Amino acid sequence: MSVVGNRELHQLTLTEQSAALSAGEISSVELTRHCLARIDAHDKTLNSVISVGAGAALEAAAVADVSRTEGDSGPLLGVPLVHKDIFCTRALPTTCGSRMLESYTSPFDATVVERLNAAGMVTLGKANMDEFAMGSSNENSFFGGVDNPWRAGTVPGGSSGGSAALVAARLASVATATDTGGSIRQPAAFCGVTGIKPTYGRVSRYGMIAFASSLDQGGVIATTAEDCAQVLQAMSGADPRDATCSADPVPDWLAAMRSVKDLKGLRVGVPEEFFADGLDEAVAIVVRDGLAELESLGATLVSISLPKQSLGISAYYVVAPAEASSNLSRFDGVRFGHRCEDPQDLTDLYQRSRAEGFGSEVQRRILIGAYVLSAGFYDAYYKKAQQVRQVIADEFDEAFASVDVIAGPTTPTVAFNRGAKSDDPVAMYLNDLYTVSANLCGLPALSMPCGFADGMPVGLQLIARAFDEERLLNTAHAFQQATGWHAVIPEATS
Amino acid sequence: MSLDKEEVRTIAHLARLSVEESRLEPIAAELSRVLEFVDRLNSVDTRDIEPMSNPVSSELVLREDVITETDEREQLQKPAPAVHEGYFTVPRVIE
Amino acid sequence: MSAAWECVIGLEIHTRLQTQSKLFSGAANAFGAEPNSQACAVDLGLPGVLPVPNREAVAHAVRLATAIGADFARRSVFARKNYFYPDLPKGYQISQMALPVVGPGVVECALNDGTTVQVGVTRAHLEEDAGKSVHDLLDGFTAIDLNRAGTPLLEIVSEPDMRSAAQAVAYARHMHALVRWIGVCDGNMQEGSFRCDANVSIRPAGSETLGTRTEVKNLNSFRFLERAIEFEYTRQVELLEDGGTVTQETRLYDPEADETRAMRSKEEANDYRYFPDPDLPPVVVDERFVTAVVEAMPELQHVRRARFVNSLGVAPGDAAILTNDRATADWFEAAVAAGAPARLASTWLIGEVFGRLKRDELNLEHIPLTPERFAGLLLRIEDDTISGKIAKRVFEALWESGDTADEIIEREGLKQITDSGAIDSLVDEVIAANPSQVAEYRAGKTKLMGFLVGAAMKVSAGKANPAQLNAALKAKLDI
Repeated sequence: MSVVGNRELHQLTLTEQSAALSAGEISSVELTRHCLARIDAHDKTLNSVISVGAGAALEAAAVADVSRTEGDSGPLLGVPLVHKDIFCTRALPTTCGSRMLESYTSPFDATVVERLNAAGMVTLGKANMDEFAMGSSNENSFFGGVDNPWRAGTVPGGSSGGSAALVAARLASVATATDTGGSIRQPAAFCGVTGIKPTYGRVSRYGMIAFASSLDQGGVIATTAEDCAQVLQAMSGADPRDATCSADPVPDWLAAMRSVKDLKGLRVGVPEEFFADGLDEAVAIVVRDGLAELESLGATLVSISLPKQSLGISAYYVVAPAEASSNLSRFDGVRFGHRCEDPQDLTDLYQRSRAEGFGSEVQRRILIGAYVLSAGFYDAYYKKAQQVRQVIADEFDEAFASVDVIAGPTTPTVAFNRGAKSDDPVAMYLNDLYTVSANLCGLPALSMPCGFADGMPVGLQLIARAFDEERLLNTAHAFQQATGWHAVIPEATS
Repeated sequence: MSLDKEEVRTIAHLARLSVEESRLEPIAAELSRVLEFVDRLNSVDTRDIEPMSNPVSSELVLREDVITETDEREQLQKPAPAVHEGYFTVPRVIE
Repeated sequence: MSAAWECVIGLEIHTRLQTQSKLFSGAANAFGAEPNSQACAVDLGLPGVLPVPNREAVAHAVRLATAIGADFARRSVFARKNYFYPDLPKGYQISQMALPVVGPGVVECALNDGTTVQVGVTRAHLEEDAGKSVHDLLDGFTAIDLNRAGTPLLEIVSEPDMRSAAQAVAYARHMHALVRWIGVCDGNMQEGSFRCDANVSIRPAGSETLGTRTEVKNLNSFRFLERAIEFEYTRQVELLEDGGTVTQETRLYDPEADETRAMRSKEEANDYRYFPDPDLPPVVVDERFVTAVVEAMPELQHVRRARFVNSLGVAPGDAAILTNDRATADWFEAAVAAGAPARLASTWLIGEVFGRLKRDELNLEHIPLTPERFAGLLLRIEDDTISGKIAKRVFEALWESGDTADEIIEREGLKQITDSGAIDSLVDEVIAANPSQVAEYRAGKTKLMGFLVGAAMKVSAGKANPAQLNAALKAKLDI
């Protein structure tokens, strides 16, 4: 078995893998084989991956190794990863966790995939997820639930449950993910890994199957903030195929974070509402410890109030279903996707193909979305929610006049047992209590592990001003330089 | 705000989802619960507030008027459930 | 039309914009390709695709707004109109609802009977077209061709300001000429580039309230528009007079039966659930863009027509013909710019050139004659180098060869004789050759002057300057 120093390859961070590759200590083929072997060994129980492309991965790895001998030396060259199965890939099927796309292969690569391919990364496979990214436990996947590597029978969070679980289990050092209301941060918190949702518009949405277009944003889950920055750097930047993708230049995040020594001068806003009713007490204690660590690194904690922020979840459950109901209309059984047997007429074709192709949570959200947009209810629901969204954004603006980042818990609880909340949609939705506001307002946010409660990981969330990912990454990096929570590997998969 | 069975039937048709008769009531109850939760929005005074439909604040970039796509019909129709001589097909529609 | 019932008509005109690519994708915007060969991933609404708007389509909206004196919205919003139909790939059409790109304007349209009608344009908005459903190709199936899906349309919505089919046709014709003139739309009605939906209702004469309207969709000729409105008017009058009511519905005009009938697929009331498209931030257009587009616009039709009359002295009737389309007006002005006297140029263009075009079934863009060589001919008429009659011979030669009028005149020796000595000797020759006619003339039969001029012209092979010849002959005979 390959080792670098005294550690096995999967125990290395992406940055360490990259260094070993460029030092010639290991080859990409070797690393890729190791990852594939780990998927083989552990994913039968985890179920974090929907499809694996071993042949193509080894080929890509061999190509990367040849490139390296020819002088190519990009930091991601030859590093294996898994893409959330919401990103379109030509080489592997793209299911979005749905029966609707059970056998769908996209004729094009998502911009994110295209860019990471161009950077020389090796795609191992596609990560499991809640169907169409709707869910907070990965229980809504047509391809089955995903186990949280920290404790069998608990959920990994969602919707990027597969991405978070496989990184936690070190099947790969990094996975792409998407976040519409917390879908990167909540599973990252539940699985004890680091996840960043960048500013809306930082990463192209082209080829990322839409759930709620004004909220969706692609990002990364890895074990460290540094690794997140490596991959995010390559994913970000203007895309002529996405009119909402920002033309702002992408700063050199890695260079910035590597020069950070402490957090002197950083003003960290701590909203009292994030610690109010609903937050599990054990989680609160761990998060407060994390905040104290920031303080010990030189940051100043500032108590702030965001009274409207708790309404984010209500606004979100109008806006997201509304957009989803429209985005999912294209799945009609005509040009691609599931078509029912022997349709009697056009209406039958539509209604049965969609009822058979979509799972119950997706159908529930489509119905809510259709309802809140329908004649007579638009103003009361959709327009109202978009107004409240503006109110929340104004509240953030005001807060950021006096603080640089806002910090608090990522989730109200640690990972719960499978089935615990699946009968109560509203209870499930409350998982997103602290995360949705960043999506509503397009702000960058990150979750990093800050300790354990009842033996399960706890996430600390950081939120920054739009396009200030640098502040998030620097803060998280300084924290991870001083602490070891991010380096703890679940025993079952160590 | 709560929904009744008939409203569920109407929106299910709008959304082209077949729903079994026996499921209409339970779905109405579920959706009503979600809407109840959403009704908290009414606690905010939103007079004179512009609705925010997208967090993007920069201007929309327009595309130059050039043809960039070529005929890829064969490739693009591969995932299609039913195709005949280059056409997608559906059960006969009567206008 | 009955005197007791007034007809109220509003039109929605769908113009397909002249662009290279589609409204939101880089696929070709062209008619007549193999089914689905011009429908790219974006047009098909495949999972993961996103729309990016075409700059030229927005520029076309600026042009229309300018041409009808309407506001161009500096900020407009694309919205989704949600409904299911197999030729609507995404399950929604990207259109504009609350904030359209073109605001209110007014156009004045001339009818054939010399009257005019003012029609308010409520709004015009950008939207993507749907694909095509072919129902009669396959047994039991409808075939879907999405080549047209995503092609850019500007839908121009009028106020219900028209009171007769003739007024509606006048408005439609006016808009048809206008969009072609400003280069927004090719106006090809057979290909569906310009099609009308007519909203028709009736009300008792003198009433101010609007009756229930029906919408007749997809009228792709002025004749069908006229017939459909007339049919609807009669149908509604009969309905109401029989004590019935008009149902608000969408109807189709069947040209073969010359009647309208309700569309089955549109029977159910739709709830389109419009909302701002979250994939597209508002279109915000700066002053520079608008100014650049407006400055590059052609002079508008009515402005140009007036200028032809007022500054160039063209007869009003001729000016109307010359400004029927931009190509003709441009050709005419190029000739004037090359020195052609405007009035002469208009007469010759409408008479000789058009005559020849008709005979040869050609149009102005595809003829060997250039405005410059045309001007060269007219200049020689103007300066008396050749007579009008010789000019027609030169014109024929100009049409066939690439030579200039001067070269032809020189080569064929067609230059007009203006030398008074030469003319005098011509006159002498004719007087000597026709003694009896000269005697009769001098005896008072002055009508013979024409015969003698003709004889002298014949001797000169048509080249003598007619005015000089006349004067010289008269002088010698009247001694």
